[in-house]
This record gives sequence, C-alpha cells and structure tokens, in this order.
Amino acid sequence: MKAVRINDVSKKFGDVLSVHDLELDIKSGEFFTFLGPSGCGKTTTLRMIAGFYYPSKGKIYFDNQDVTTLQPNKRNIGMVFQNYALFPHMTVDENIAFGLEIRKYDKKTIKEKVDRIRGLVHLGPLGSRKINELSGGQQQRVALARALVIEPDILLLDEPLSNLDAKLREETRIEIKRIQSELGVTTIYVTHDQTEAMAMSDRIMVMENGIVKQIGTPQEIYHRPNNRFVATFIGETNLLTMKVKSIEGDTITVENDAGLTLQGLTENLAAGLQINTGDEIYVSIRPEAFESGPGDNTITSIIELIEFTGVSVNYFLRWNDTTLKAMIISRERAIMQAGDTIELHIPKQNIYFLGE
Amino acid sequence: MSKKSVDTYEANWWSRLTQSRYFVYILISPLFLILFAYVIYPFYTTFVQSFAGENTLVNYKKFFSLESTANLEALWNSFYISIISVICCAVVGVMMAFLLERYDFPGRRLLSILVLVPMALPPLVGVLSFTFLYGESGIFPRLFQQLFQLEDVPFALKGIWGVIVVHTFTMYTYFYLTASAAIKGLDPSLEEAATSLGASRIRVWRKVILPMLTPSLIASSLLVFMVSMASYTAPLMFGVERTMTMQIYLSRTNGNLDMAATQSTILSFVSITFLLIMRWYQNRRNYQNLSKGVSVHRSEVSSKPLKFIAVVLSFIGTLILILPILVLILISFSKDGAWTIQILPTEYTLDHYKALFTDERTWRPIWNSLQMGFIATIGNIIFGVAAAYAMVRLNFKGKTMLDILITIPWALPGTVVAVNLIAAFSTESVFTFNQVLIGSFWILPLAYFIRHLPLVFRSTSASLMQLDQSVEEASRSLGASWLYTFRRIVIPLTLSGVLAGTLLAFVQSIGEFVASILIYNTSTIPLSVAIFQKLYAFKFGTACAYGVLQIILILIVLIISERLSKGSAGSAI
Ligand SMILES: Nc1ncnc2c1ncn2[C@@H]1O[C@H](COP(=O)(O)OP(=O)(O)O)[C@@H](O)[C@H]1O
Ligand SMILES: [Mg+2]
Repeated sequence: MKAVRINDVSKKFGDVLSVHDLELDIKSGEFFTFLGPSGCGKTTTLRMIAGFYYPSKGKIYFDNQDVTTLQPNKRNIGMVFQNYALFPHMTVDENIAFGLEIRKYDKKTIKEKVDRIRGLVHLGPLGSRKINELSGGQQQRVALARALVIEPDILLLDEPLSNLDAKLREETRIEIKRIQSELGVTTIYVTHDQTEAMAMSDRIMVMENGIVKQIGTPQEIYHRPNNRFVATFIGETNLLTMKVKSIEGDTITVENDAGLTLQGLTENLAAGLQINTGDEIYVSIRPEAFESGPGDNTITSIIELIEFTGVSVNYFLRWNDTTLKAMIISRERAIMQAGDTIELHIPKQNIYFLGE
Repeated sequence: MSKKSVDTYEANWWSRLTQSRYFVYILISPLFLILFAYVIYPFYTTFVQSFAGENTLVNYKKFFSLESTANLEALWNSFYISIISVICCAVVGVMMAFLLERYDFPGRRLLSILVLVPMALPPLVGVLSFTFLYGESGIFPRLFQQLFQLEDVPFALKGIWGVIVVHTFTMYTYFYLTASAAIKGLDPSLEEAATSLGASRIRVWRKVILPMLTPSLIASSLLVFMVSMASYTAPLMFGVERTMTMQIYLSRTNGNLDMAATQSTILSFVSITFLLIMRWYQNRRNYQNLSKGVSVHRSEVSSKPLKFIAVVLSFIGTLILILPILVLILISFSKDGAWTIQILPTEYTLDHYKALFTDERTWRPIWNSLQMGFIATIGNIIFGVAAAYAMVRLNFKGKTMLDILITIPWALPGTVVAVNLIAAFSTESVFTFNQVLIGSFWILPLAYFIRHLPLVFRSTSASLMQLDQSVEEASRSLGASWLYTFRRIVIPLTLSGVLAGTLLAFVQSIGEFVASILIYNTSTIPLSVAIFQKLYAFKFGTACAYGVLQIILILIVLIISERLSKGSAGSAI
C-alpha cells in the first residue's frame, strides 16, 4: 500500500487549464474521493496518477518514488473504468488473470489467486462466462476483481457505479467499501455523487473548475464547509448573504435587509476568513440545524409551505425575498398547516460563516 | 553506482522524448516517408516529365492543339463514356434496388444473390466473358445470325457502346448497394401518407422518394464517374483507342514518355478533383443511420399478367448475371483453336485444368501473381494497420493530409499509377535502395501495394473506432507494455477488420491488370497479363481456365469475409 503525494500539479489541454496547482497527500490505505461536478478535472487528475496523462507542471510521488512520467504499466495500479473496459474476447477468468500473466506467476498460483478474488467479489461460478453474457453489475465486479487481483499499490476507480441502476448502485457501493477495507488498499475514487462520496470515503477532495475547494473528512466537508461552493454542493443548505453587524468576544452578529438578525460563534468562521464589521459574508444554515421552540436565534414566522416526508417535516419560512428551509424530525403527531405561525430556533453552534 | 546514474540519465532522456509534444511526429514519420516516396515522388516526377524536362508547355500545347485532336477527342470520349455510364448504372442500379427491396416475385431470392456477381468478376475476366457472349464473334450474335439465316451478325457489342454496356454491367452495383441501403431506410408510411393525400405515383416519386435517395445517388455518381474515367480494360478489349487511358497506354508503348506523362497529369487532375469533391460531399452530408428504418414490407406482385412479366424479367436478369460465369466455365473446357465459326465450342477437354497444375509454363503466372500479391498485401497490412492506429488513436496535425494521401493512389487510374512508377523508378533512387525497379520483380508488388493502400487501412480504422480506448488503457494499467497490449488486445479485437481488408487487397492484387500490363516484367508475368496474352494467341480455353480459377479464389475470399463479419458482429459488445 502506497501513499500518494501530488505536488503543485497543473494540467493543460491546449489552452484549457483542466487542473490548477493541485497539492494533495493521500495516506497509505486511505479511501480518498475526488468529488465535484462534471468537467471539474477529476478524471484528469486520476489519469495523471494512473500515468495516462503527464502533468504539464509539478510532480507526483508514490511514497517517495517520483512517478511523474513513469509509464502506466510500471506503476502497479489497479484501475476500474467507468465503462468497465473489460476485454470482450476473453472469459471472466481470462480477464482477471490478464495482469497476473504479465507478472509471470505460474499457472497454479494464477488459478488460486483468480479463484480467491472471484469468491471475494461474489462471482463464484461465473469464471468461464464470456463478458457479453454478464449483467452490468457482474461486469462491474469483474472489473473490480481484475484490478484487485494484481495486488495493486493503489486502486483507482473512475465513477464505477454510474452505469448501474439505483438499487444495484447502493449494493455495489457497500460491496466496494467492504472489499477495500478487507484488503486495506489505498483507494482513489472519483464521483460526482455526494452521497456516494460521503458514505464511502475516509477523506474527500471537492473540486470545481480544476481548483481544489476543500479537502477533509465527510464530517468536516459537510459541517464545516470552507466556502460557498462546498456548502451548496454538499447536501442542502440555506445560504444567506448577510452583513456583519458586530463582533464581540466569540459572538458574531449578522443581519440582512429583510430584518433577520442572527448570532453565531467565531469558531464557526471558515478557515482563513478575516471579517470586519460591515463586511458582507455568506451564512450557511443546514435545514436540520433548526430546533423547535425558543432558544438562540429564535425565529417566529408564518409557514409558507409545508412538506411531510415521513422522517421529517420541512417548513418553508419567508421574509420578503429570503426563504429558509427548516427540517424538524417529526416526533409529534400534531400537524401544522401552511399559514400557521411557528416558533423555531437555531443553536449558535449550527451557524457557519463563509467567504466566496 | 555509476551504472545507476546512467540508467536514470537514459530513463530521463527517454521519458523526456516520449513526453514531448513532438514525439508523435517521430512515430508517424515512417508513414509519411512511405507516402512521400511511393505516392508523391512518382507523381512529382511525372509532373516534371510532362514539361518535357525543359520547363516548356510543349506537351500541353500539343494536347490541347486543334490541329491534331486525338488527345482532345480522347478527353471528350472519356467524359462522354463516363457520363453515359453514370446514367446507365444509375437507372439499372436503382431499378434493381427498388425491384428487390420493394417487390416480391418468384425468383427474387436468387436474383438478389446474383445481383452482386459483377463485383466478383475481375475486370479483365468480366470483359472477356462479355466479348465471348455478345462480341462480334460472340455466342449470341451468331446464334441469332443462324436462327434467322442472316448474312451478318444482327448485333454485336463493340466500340464505345460496348464499353458502356460493360461499365453498366460491372458498376451498377455501386448504385444498387447505396440505393438499396437508402430504400431500406425509407419509411413506407411516408409514401403511403403522400398517396393518401392524393399525390399521384409520379408525384410521390418526385417529391418524396427521389429527394431521399439523392445523397446516395450523388455519392454513387461521383464514384462511377471516377471509375469510368479510369477504365482501361474495356476500351482496350473493344478497341476504343480514343480514351485517356488508352492514349496514355499508346504513348507509352510508342515510347513517347513525355506525352504519356502529360496525359497522365491531366487525367490525375480530373481524378483527384473528383476525389476531393467526393470527400467534401461525404463530409458535408450528415449521416443518418439508414438501416434503422422500419423494415420495408414488400408488396407481392399479384395480378397474373404482371406476375408473368415479373417472372420472365427476373429470369432474363438472372441469365444475364450468371451467363458471364457460365460462359467462362464452358470455354475453359473447350479445345484451343477448335472454336471458329460455330455458335458454341465443339470439342471439349480437361487439358487446361490439368495444365494449370502440371505444366510449369501454365502455372508459373499463377504462382507469380500469388507471390507478388502476397508481398504487396503484407506491405498493405503493415502500412494499413499502422496508419489506421495513428489515425484513430494518435493526435497530430496532418490527419486529413494522411487520409487524402492514402486515398489518392486508389482514386488514380491504374494506368496513371503505372506511368508515375515508370517516371520515378526507371532510374536508381534512394527510395529503392539505389535499384532500378522498372524491369525488376519488385515493381509489380510495389504497384499493387500502392493501388490497394486504402483497403486494409479503411477496414482496420473502422474496427479500431469501435474498440474503446479504455480497453487498451485497462491493459496498460494492469502492467502490460504497449506492445503486449497491441498483441493481446488490439490485434485480436480488430482482427476481423484487418483480415477483411487484407483478403480484399490480396484478391485485387491477384486480378490486377491495368497497371500490370504497362510495367510487368517478362520473367515474372502476372496472371492477368497471362490471360491477356493467351487471348491474343487464341488460347481461349487456357485464358478462361485462369479466369475460372480467379473467380473461385474470389468466391472463397467472399465467403470467408462474410463469416468474419458475422463472427465479429456476434462477439462485439
Ligand atoms: N484529452 C483531453 N483533451 C482536451 N481537453 C480535455 C481532455 N480531457 C479532459 N479535458 C477537459 O478538461 C476538463 C476536465 O475534464 P475531466 O477531468 O474529464 O472532468 P471530470 O472527470 O471531472 O468530469 C474538461 O473541461 C474537459 O473538457
Ligand atoms: Mg470524468
């Protein structure tokens, strides 16, 4: 298992800058995810790690070895492609054995390893099937087995679930995570699906337009987004533009033109953000940050719209042109209706202050 | 210690080179070198020679002079023949397509198989069988002469019209293939809708069907025109001397090489212009998936008299299509020299076939052609696969150029290719390792290689385009080198495409006549030239036995290709 270090890497295609000054340390054995909207440079970064692209600038290290321009076949990586890229003229076993043959194992060892990995991905009896006789989910497992059987130092997966239907996607997600933790292989996973990223990863890198927006654990990314992009891209949030009214001790007070005043804590200020009284900043409040009844930041408002989802009730509250969504776990049976007045509050520690 | 540093140095040097943006140009330079040496350079020497070596326009003045109009007449004739050929081919091809795609009648299935027979006939053999059947001393004219006790044969295929008939027979398939593909894509409900709106049959044709066929008609017209301009065998056999190709041939045999070069340059100009128009037209036209349409329901011919006519017509069609092969088989068993004024040969023998396998002088040309075709095809495979890979997988400037350069020799008349080769390789040159190629064994393999450049290239690029690049990358990521990947993944997955082009190139090389006749070397006579010579020595039997052999070879290849394309369709995901 190797660690990956990406040192000030940029990648240009012609004049298009796909990845910009990327700094990244991935620990040995870690499950690391690149998350971001389509076209943000995830695949480009992954392919530089795999060796299919060379960086225009910067260096890539596996542990201490500089692999920046090493050929892909010399890197001992396992890669799972979005469309699986299985060899259509070979059977399941031949596909899996391909990398082992290159590594010149003897026949007996190859058979043992292939059998073991086929068991691990639950493809037990399908060894002699042709690829086009497999379902999408099964093909996906063959691709995974083929990448894992060579005991790669690093496992790379590029949106491996995007071709599966919703149910299979969840199942396979759990499966990949199980196998990964069983083998403990350093894994880099590319996805644009935040749920997937949150559920599987040790750490996540959020990207936009070739730039890293934040690197952190799922909890950090979710609860302590560094900037507006991360806050809105991950999960749901009420993002308000507000003016800093005062900063006293550990308390920040902000207000907006709609007459809404909120108080939060300086510890919830995004890393590196400097503010002064009078500045405009973004305030992020997750819908589930609201609590019933009075308390910090009590809000009394008419309910504009109400949504019952089973687990929770969503209330949409409105001040002039500011709308807030509050989500309350539905314990009581008492049902409020649109037009009723509701009293909620937002605990200070649930309010986050962000820059652009 | 020191070794290690050398290693790193070399690795750096190598990786710096392979990383370079310009590395790809090192990879593709052999392709361009070959094209330069064997396409551009010969072309250029001909061009230079056309100015009589002294930068004068003497030859061009002669060509266009109004005093001796042989050349202008030839140019006009070539145009004239080509245009009439296009029209005739269009009428026959489109009619056949409609008949076979739209109507059901007794004998349709047989006819729909035989309709492609002309493609299986090597050009020389095709013309040969036509002269045996319909020429001045052919079977049918004589049959009618005897039936009606006439002084002279009532009709005979000869001159320009002979050429046109042969063109129609051999080239209507271009129209047939594209038109039937288009018709398959025609939604019959469109026609029905138009009819239900009160449009007359002619109106439906003019307003609905014709516009939808137009793209395929234009593409086929350009192609048939180009092939007709290049046609040499038919004018030769029917004695039409005033065509461009024949003029070139005559200038060359009269030793007037400068004039041959001038004529070649002018004809090349026409051909390349048409090639470029064709490319432009095909790129402009948006490709619809024609085969996706609703499957056409064939209307059955039901009324009694119509059915009778249909049966008779399809019988005649079948006969016309199959007779060329039958007559070749028949004559291949006839005794040489015994068939003079009779309708059919009178004495038969197996000698010609025996000779094919036992008589050294008889099987020599076959062996020569197999050898030369084999060498040329190996060249085609190496070049075609490399060029296809570069074209599909690499990124470089000059792709269009590469594509055009590969296609040009195919668009050029064989006669012109031969003249170009004569101009370039009658003397020593660096491209031939300081050998004179003309008069040597190697000139024909080279000519075949050049004429069939695009065949392997096209079929291989088509199958490469279907092969997802990530499959190659998967192999690389598993530790396979580029070469190993190429061997284990790329080659097996594109094999059917490579083979299809290879077989085609091989068969065409075996049957090549047009360039061969101008540059063959007397000690290694190819099969087609041997057929021609036997014909002029009145050894019809042997000539036809050669022809039958060629047709059998072609049929085998067609069957294998058919299998291959089916196989690949089955295994493709
Ligand atoms: N081979 C390439 N040539 C040119 N541009 C590319 C290439 N690969 C990616 N790009 C560009 O780089 C940007 C990032 O692409 P990519 O890494 O594939 O995004 P993602 O995987 O996050 O969807 C896109 O704007 C894309 O158009
Ligand atoms: Mg991507």
